[in-house]
Amino acid sequence: MNDRQTGYVTEDGRQIGDVMLDLRDITLRFGGVEAIKNISFDIREGEIRAIIGPNGAGKSSMLNVISGFYVPQDGSVWFHGKKRAPLKPYQVARQGIARTFQNIALFEGMTVLDNIMTGRLNYTKSGMIAQAIWKGKAEREETENREKVERVIDFLEIQAIRKTPVGRLPYGLKKRVELARALAAEPKLLLLDEPMAGMNVEEKEDMSRFILDVNDEFGTTIALIEHDMGVVMDLSDRVVVMDYGKKIGDGTPDEVRNNQAVIDAYLGVAHDE
Amino acid sequence: MSAGPNAAGVKTLPDLLSRNAKMMSDKVAYREKEFGIWQTWTWADAQKEVEAFAKGLLTIGANSGDLIAVAGRNRPALYWAMIAVQKIGAIPVPLYQDAAAEEIAYALKNCDARFAVVGDQEQVDKIADVRDQLPNLKHVIYLDGRGLRKYDHSDLSSFADVQAAGEKAGNDAELVERQAALTYDSTCVMLYTSGTTSRPKGVVLSNRNVIETAKNSCAFDDLNANEEILAYLPMAWVGDFIFSMGQALWTGFCVNCPESAETMQADMREIGPTYFFAPPQVFERQLTQVMIRMEDAGKFKHRMFHRFMDVAKRVGPKLLDGEPVGFADKIAYTLGKYMVYAPLKDTLGLGRVRVGYTAGEAIGPELFQFYRSLGINLKQLYGQTEATVFITQQPNGEVRADTVGVASPEVELKISDSGEVFYRSPGVFVEYFKNPESTADTKDPEGWVATGDAGFIEEKSGHLRIIDRVKDVGKMSDGSMFAPKYVENKLKFFPDILEAVVFGAGRDRCCAFLNIDLTAVGNWAERNNIAYSSYQELSQNKQVLDIVAGHVAQVNASIAQDEMLSNCQVHRFLVLHKELDADDGEMTRTRKVRRGVIAEKFEDLVEALYGGANEIYTETEVTYEDGRKGKIAATLDIRDAELSPPVSAKVAAE
Repeated sequence: MNDRQTGYVTEDGRQIGDVMLDLRDITLRFGGVEAIKNISFDIREGEIRAIIGPNGAGKSSMLNVISGFYVPQDGSVWFHGKKRAPLKPYQVARQGIARTFQNIALFEGMTVLDNIMTGRLNYTKSGMIAQAIWKGKAEREETENREKVERVIDFLEIQAIRKTPVGRLPYGLKKRVELARALAAEPKLLLLDEPMAGMNVEEKEDMSRFILDVNDEFGTTIALIEHDMGVVMDLSDRVVVMDYGKKIGDGTPDEVRNNQAVIDAYLGVAHDE
Repeated sequence: MSAGPNAAGVKTLPDLLSRNAKMMSDKVAYREKEFGIWQTWTWADAQKEVEAFAKGLLTIGANSGDLIAVAGRNRPALYWAMIAVQKIGAIPVPLYQDAAAEEIAYALKNCDARFAVVGDQEQVDKIADVRDQLPNLKHVIYLDGRGLRKYDHSDLSSFADVQAAGEKAGNDAELVERQAALTYDSTCVMLYTSGTTSRPKGVVLSNRNVIETAKNSCAFDDLNANEEILAYLPMAWVGDFIFSMGQALWTGFCVNCPESAETMQADMREIGPTYFFAPPQVFERQLTQVMIRMEDAGKFKHRMFHRFMDVAKRVGPKLLDGEPVGFADKIAYTLGKYMVYAPLKDTLGLGRVRVGYTAGEAIGPELFQFYRSLGINLKQLYGQTEATVFITQQPNGEVRADTVGVASPEVELKISDSGEVFYRSPGVFVEYFKNPESTADTKDPEGWVATGDAGFIEEKSGHLRIIDRVKDVGKMSDGSMFAPKYVENKLKFFPDILEAVVFGAGRDRCCAFLNIDLTAVGNWAERNNIAYSSYQELSQNKQVLDIVAGHVAQVNASIAQDEMLSNCQVHRFLVLHKELDADDGEMTRTRKVRRGVIAEKFEDLVEALYGGANEIYTETEVTYEDGRKGKIAATLDIRDAELSPPVSAKVAAE
C-alpha cells in the first residue's frame, strides 16, 4: 500500500507526503554503552510516527537525536532533503521542531498562560528594552502571540486554567499544558515523549483525541514515544520498534503487530526449546 | 415602561429582533468570551447574522412548519439559529446538549426533525450514531468545525457556510414573506419536558405564550435594556428560553455566554450580571466553595468572616425587606459591607445583581438566608415548562424561604380538593406535541392546568406553599402522611449531603439512600488526613457515616416538630456507593431524582434497609459519559438513625 518514494495514503484517507526527516545509520554511544545501534528510518510529512519498545530500548535517546540534543557518533540526520549539521537546541526550534518531555518540564510557578507564551519565543523579535517599555513593535508582537496562544488554549480546552499556576495543576493537565506550549511554537514536526504516561483511561482518550486533532487540523507531523500499545496502534500511521538499541521492526501497526521479532521482544522468548 | 419597547405590530420573536435592530441598533445585544476576549455583537449585528442564516436555511430547503433541532452549549450563534428558524416559519426544538445519543434520537424521531443545528463534533457524532433511525433528517449544521474536517460533508455544513450560501442566494423576498405569514398564535418553540416519570413530552409554546410572559415578568421586576444576564443554563430548558430569548428580545438586554462550562464562575465575575437565575444546586455549590476557602483562610480572616456573617444574618434580610433596623446594627452592617460582603459578592460574581431567582427545587432556608443576608435580592419562583415558566414568584420585600410567592401577573391559581395546584394564564402552553391525550389530561377545556404538585395558599400572606409532588405524597402503612421530598430537602440542606432518596410509601417506617457531596466531604477528609481514592471509598468511611448519622438525627429532630409528618423520620439509611446520575437514568437532566427508577434499580438495597441487615454487598451497572457500560461492586454499611419523640398536639408556632 505504501510507495516509500512518493508518500502514501493512510487507511482513513489522509495523504502522507514526502520524507521530512530521514535518519540514516544512527549510532549513539555513551562511553562504552551503545544506546542506539545503527538505526535508520524516516518520518514523512503529515504522518503520525510512533517509536515503541521495552524500557531501556533507546527510544528517548532516539527522540533526543531527532531534536538535536544528542549528536550521534555515527550516521546522519537529513531534514527536508538536506544533511543536518549538529545544531544548538534553539536552532532546532527555529527549524520548526518542538517537543514535550517524559518528565514534565514546565515553569511551576508561572501561570498556564505564561508557560504557553514561552513557546512563542521564536516569534518574538523585539529586544529586551523594547519589551520592557512595551510600546510599538513589542506590544504588537505580544498581542499577536497572545492571539495564537489563545487559539491553542481553545484548541486544547484549557480555558478554565488559563490563570492558574502550573504547580497547582494535576498531572494530566500539566501534560496538556506542555503540549500547548509545544503547539504554540507552531511546529512542523512535533516530538512527544510518552504523552500519556501515568494517565488514566479517560485522560488517555482525551490526549489521543488531541493528538489526532493536531495532526488533522494543523497538518503537523508527529513523532511519539509511547508505552501503551493500544494507544500506539490506534494513533499511528507507522511504527518503529526498538529493543536494546536496535531496530527490530518498522511498518504499519498491523505489520508490526504480526512481526515475530516484535512479539518476542514484548512477550519474551522461551530459550530452552 | 418608560423607554420600553412598543408592542405595536410585534407578533413574533423575529419581529422583536427587527424592532431592536431598528430602535437600539448600537446597543450590545450578545457577548461571548472566545479566545480570552469578550466578543460583542449589537442588535444590528445580530439581525444581520440571523438574516444570513435564515436565508441559508431557505437555500438548503427548510420549509415553514419544519421542526429544527438545536443542541449545544449556550452560544450567541445558537440563539441566532433559533430566531432564524422562527423567521422562516419553522419551529426550533432546543435539546439538552449532554443528552445521550438515544435520548437525542428519541427527541429527533418524535419531532421528525429535518434539520439540526449543533455546537460541535460531540453533537455531530451523537447524531451520526443514530442517523440510520432518522430517515427524515436531511442536514446537520455545526458551529465549531474542529475534528470534523474528515467527515462526509454531503449532508453536513458549517454555520458560516450556510450563512454564506444564504447571502449568495439572496431569497430576500421569500424571507419577508415567510416572516409576514406568522401570527401571534403561531408556534414559537417546542421544548421537551425533563420527564421525571416518563418519556419526555414536547411542549408547544406560541409566540403569544412567550411574548406575554416576557412582558409580564419584565414588568414584575422592572427589567430593562440595561440588564446583563449570563446564559449558562441548558438551552433546552424553558427558563433559558424565556430569559435569553423572550425577555432579552423584549427589553433588549444583553445576553452573555461563558467561554466554557468550567469557566462560568470566572466569566460571571467579569460580567457581573444584574439579573441572575440559578437552581439551588448552583448556589449551594458556591456556598460550599466559599466555606471551604474560609476554612483554609488565616485566623484573622476566618474570625472576621464569621463575626460579620453573624451580623449579616441578623440584619441583612431586614434591610432588604425595608424593615426598621437599630442604629448600631446599621453601622455594623455597613462596616461588614466594606470588609466582607462586598468583596465576597464580587468574588461570587453577584456584586451587581439587582434581581436574582432560584427555582426548580426547594432551597434550604440557611442557604437562602445566606445570600439574602449579603444584600443579594434572591427570590423564589415556581414555574413549569407548561406555564412558560411563571406561575408564582416573590415580590420584592415579601421574600421567605418556605413559600414560592404570589401568583405572577395575569396568572390565576386554584387548589383542588385533593390539594393539587392548578393555574391559568396567558402563558399556558398550546399542547403536547402529537399527544392529545396527555394534553387533555393536563389542561382542561377552560384552560386550567394541573401542576402535579400538592400545595396550599397561606391565608395570612396569600403566598403559595408547595409540599411535594401529588403522586409522591403517599400514605404509610399506618395511614399517616408520607411526603418524601419534604424529608429529602431537609437532608439535602446539609452541605455534606448531595442527594437523598427517602422510601416509606406503604411501609411502616421511612428509610433513606444518601449521596455525600464529594467537594464538601472531600475537603473535610483532606483537613483530617483521611486518605481516600474514590467516591465509593469515601462514602463508606466510618467517620463519614458518623457525620452523616448526625445529620440524619438532626433532620429527625426537626421532623418530629411537625405534627402531620412526624412519622416520616428516617429510621435507617445507607450512603450509596455511586453518585446518582442522569446518564444512568437515576435523575432527570435537571437533576431531579427518579424515585421509581432508583427503587427498582437498587431493589436489593431497599430490601436490606427494611430487612435489618447491617451491611450488604451489591453490584451496579454504570454508564460512562460516552455511553459505554461498566460494573461497580461494593459492600455498603447500613446504619440505624437516632429518632426523636414526636411533639404531641403542639402546632408549630411559625
